[in-house]
Amino acid sequence: MTENILHVEKLTMQFGGVVAVYNLSLDVNKDEIVALIGPNGAGKTTVFNCITGVYEPTSGRVSFMGKDIISTYLRGKMKKQYSGEIKECKILNPTPDEITKLGIARTFQNIRLFKSMTVFENVLIAKHMRAKQNVFTATFRLNLHEEKRAREECLALLEEQGLLHLKDELASNLPYGFQRRLEISRALATEPKLLLLDEPAAGMNPQESQELADFIVHIKNKYKLSVLMIEHHMDLVMKISDRIYVVDFGKLIAHGTPSEVQKNQRVIDAYLGVADDA
Amino acid sequence: MKIKENSSLKYISILALIGAMFLIIFILEQLLPPTSMLFMVLKKGAIYSLVAVSLNLLCGFTGLFSLGHAGFMLIGAYTYAIFTIPLEARNAVYQYFDGGIINFTLPVPVALLAAGACAAVFAFLIGLPVLRLKSDYLAIATLGFAEIIRAIFQWDKLGPITNGSNVLRKFPSFSSTIFPFAVAGLCIAIIVLLINSSYGRAFKAIRDDEIAAEAMGINLAKHKQLSFTISSFFAGIGGALLAMFQTTVQAAAFKSSMTYEILLIVVIGGMGSVTGSCISSFLFIAASEWWLRFLDDETYIGSFKVPLLRSGFRKVVFSVVIMIIVLFYQRGIMGTKELSMDAIGRFFRKFKKEEDVA
Ligand SMILES: Nc1ncnc2c1ncn2[C@@H]1O[C@H](COP(=O)(O)OP(=O)(O)OP(=O)(O)O)[C@@H](O)[C@H]1O
Ligand SMILES: [Mg+2]
Repeated sequence: MTENILHVEKLTMQFGGVVAVYNLSLDVNKDEIVALIGPNGAGKTTVFNCITGVYEPTSGRVSFMGKDIISTYLRGKMKKQYSGEIKECKILNPTPDEITKLGIARTFQNIRLFKSMTVFENVLIAKHMRAKQNVFTATFRLNLHEEKRAREECLALLEEQGLLHLKDELASNLPYGFQRRLEISRALATEPKLLLLDEPAAGMNPQESQELADFIVHIKNKYKLSVLMIEHHMDLVMKISDRIYVVDFGKLIAHGTPSEVQKNQRVIDAYLGVADDA
Repeated sequence: MKIKENSSLKYISILALIGAMFLIIFILEQLLPPTSMLFMVLKKGAIYSLVAVSLNLLCGFTGLFSLGHAGFMLIGAYTYAIFTIPLEARNAVYQYFDGGIINFTLPVPVALLAAGACAAVFAFLIGLPVLRLKSDYLAIATLGFAEIIRAIFQWDKLGPITNGSNVLRKFPSFSSTIFPFAVAGLCIAIIVLLINSSYGRAFKAIRDDEIAAEAMGINLAKHKQLSFTISSFFAGIGGALLAMFQTTVQAAAFKSSMTYEILLIVVIGGMGSVTGSCISSFLFIAASEWWLRFLDDETYIGSFKVPLLRSGFRKVVFSVVIMIIVLFYQRGIMGTKELSMDAIGRFFRKFKKEEDVA
């Protein structure tokens, strides 16, 4: 049987009066590429932010590799509104860095690089959390072998990603396409089991997005990852996804293989029909 | 192989430069009278360099704003003074409090470390609740802290320890300029090592983008706490050095205007530039204490009284100069760059190239 990597159960995220995500459940299995699609403002990025601990979900549960990592309870007004729908359980509300340490890495829809740092430093940052060191040993260079190993690993990664020649450039000086690639490399440097990509092909032309498709499949195989991606480029999504979830107004409206989803009338009405320009 | 040679050459040249600096100070001390204004500026400039660099670690490298730096300096200054006043002098110093209640003294190096440690403990306790909040409450909390701590240290009930609102004096101080240079230099060197370490990178990541830093596995609360505590540790040592420089300590002197002065030095030098902070400290102290002094003296040329020159005019000119600098050099003298051998070399090479072209 396929091994489950990420399991999201009845996730709801409410901002004041806006219900950005409602009762959404999804699964990512080992070695899968799963896509999350939907029109603008459907709540896709919010799902990522909940999984990675940026937002504390209003209710719901997330487990990663068979272990619960996030679960919340309802309080105040929301308790009344949703009572009876979700069983209460142990509260887990980790910070994003804890999620990253567990092995979930992400990229951002609007690229978030460390702008004043070099390409190499951007990747090195990822090694900080796993190095066996404290401020004292780091300051007085008693962690030299840790630092050396981190540097070697990052150099190897940059070489593999075709960024080695840019390693001393400031991240903000890179062309757009390289910035996207650096953001993915940086996520890979955290040694994840699950990679969350938020619109990796945004702003790319069809040929570049074809290359990106091959690239995603390549890193998935090479680093033995599972991938959950948000994407508007349908050709890319249909080509490499094993399964697709479609959300609209925060709710799941369809789920299945690419060919199943393409035929689904609700999806065509809500998204595919109108989003050809996206 | 070549890189290695280069870096060892760099270290040797840095060491040589530091050696030369101390040698020059030593020679100057033999030549000039010890009361020369130059030494006063050098001493205070060195102390302010340390304090400015420590604030820069927080503002320029971690992106956090503390408006309580003077408060941490005050704690350092008092800690140093209280634990180093010789026992036989205590009756005279604590004349209204029966010689105080502390009846032991610490050696100067230990007292300096204790000064830093005390400031760091206070910073840690303030940071614990404040740095967990997402938005930037640190500036407000530290501003309040600095005001409160100044009042507390002047409180009569604490007189047996702090001497109330009376001055603390007769503690060991220094006469040679070498001492503040050595202590401040060592501390700045440690801060530079920290900034260039894996932790320094993490601080810079937080400064550039908190959300991305968190996504890279950096615990925001822990690292902000670290940066704030370490910054305050060195502010404490800076405060102790300032006490030694002034030979007396009084809480009333550590006003929030001192914090603004230091913040200004950091901004002028460039947020995120250690050498910028040092250069601007010396310039700031030299300008405010020395070069602009003549503006305060009424001057006569023949029987003509030069207008405007009177006591207090210096402050006006100084403010205008600073306004101009802040308006036109918004990123400070150095920006985020550092003055280094490489940078100087690059500058001259560029210069030479332009000459060749011409
Ligand atoms: N922090 C927030 N506070 C309030 N409302 C929010 C917040 N984040 C998201 N929302 C709202 O939630 C809804 C879903 O936003 P989200 O960014 O998840 O959409 P999306 O599917 O990623 O859209 P896009 O395709 O444009 O990226 C939007 O209506 C948005 O305004
Ligand atoms: Mg989005």
